[in-house]
Amino acid sequence: MTGWISEFMNHPATYLKIGWLQISVSNLLVILLMLATFALAVFLPFPKGHDDTQEPRT
Amino acid sequence: MSEMWTAKLRTKWQKELPIEKLLPDDQPAYVASWIYVFGVLTLSALAMIIASGIVLAFEGPAWYHTSDAGKFTNSMHFWSVQLFFVFMVIHLWGKFWMAAWRGNRFRTWATGAVAFISSIATAFTGYLVQTNFDSQWISFEAKDGFNSMGVGAFFNVTNLGQMLLLHVAFLPLILGVLTVVHVLMVRKRGVVPPIDAEPALSNRGPQ
Ligand code: HEM
Repeated sequence: MTGWISEFMNHPATYLKIGWLQISVSNLLVILLMLATFALAVFLPFPKGHDDTQEPRT
Repeated sequence: MSEMWTAKLRTKWQKELPIEKLLPDDQPAYVASWIYVFGVLTLSALAMIIASGIVLAFEGPAWYHTSDAGKFTNSMHFWSVQLFFVFMVIHLWGKFWMAAWRGNRFRTWATGAVAFISSIATAFTGYLVQTNFDSQWISFEAKDGFNSMGVGAFFNVTNLGQMLLLHVAFLPLILGVLTVVHVLMVRKRGVVPPIDAEPALSNRGPQ
């Protein structure tokens, strides 16, 4: 494999350790990104489409 | 009315899931939120997984481990799985915080939960059939786990043939059926109303 992504990933993961809790930085990042996506999904306004239930104006 | 099972099934089907409910073109206003998109995103990721998986099955490992197009299809399969899990878990969080099992929707929740567990089993067997050092390491660690649970006689995770067949035949079938039933149940009952939109003193939404 070549390219910057494989360079970037081709080493053992860095681990964070807080007491009994041990998590790799990459796993923590994925979890944080999921929480951020959840928050965005809840708080971002949903675009309003056109209302096709309305009777066509005559 | 006819006593035949076909007639009984038809009547029940028409009553519980008429075509207007199966293919609606209109939803209540509260559905206009991004959080309701995650069920369909999960479904789309699953469609990509199945489509790329079928190509992998037809071409075989000699193709997908060596050629550029093969590696691309293999990566497509893998990354669709990553997105599938991300979407499914956000979908699960959404449904959990809106208590979407209200109003006789327990079975929708339960089929979702079982689909989650079978997805884990499907992904696990997927990692076991990579035929590389990664899959070898995973299976040798996992065999001790399975043996300590006492199910080693049924699942031999170091048996590549068994894992491959579970991954490409049995588990996708279970997951597919669960998904279809899950979505049909959502269609049958309609989308659950928000908690504060429910009639007072009742934990049952409109059916
Ligand atoms: C194979 C994975 C899954 C797929 C493809 C899937 C798909 C869907 C779709 C398309 C909907 C309707 C649209 C929406 O509200 O997002 C839905 C609703 C729902 N899902 Fe899932 N889902 C999956 C897993 C899960 C899981 C893991 C849970 C929770 C344990 C869950 C619980 C629910 C509930 C309770 C509803 C109904 C909400 C209502 O009636 O308003 N699903 N699902």
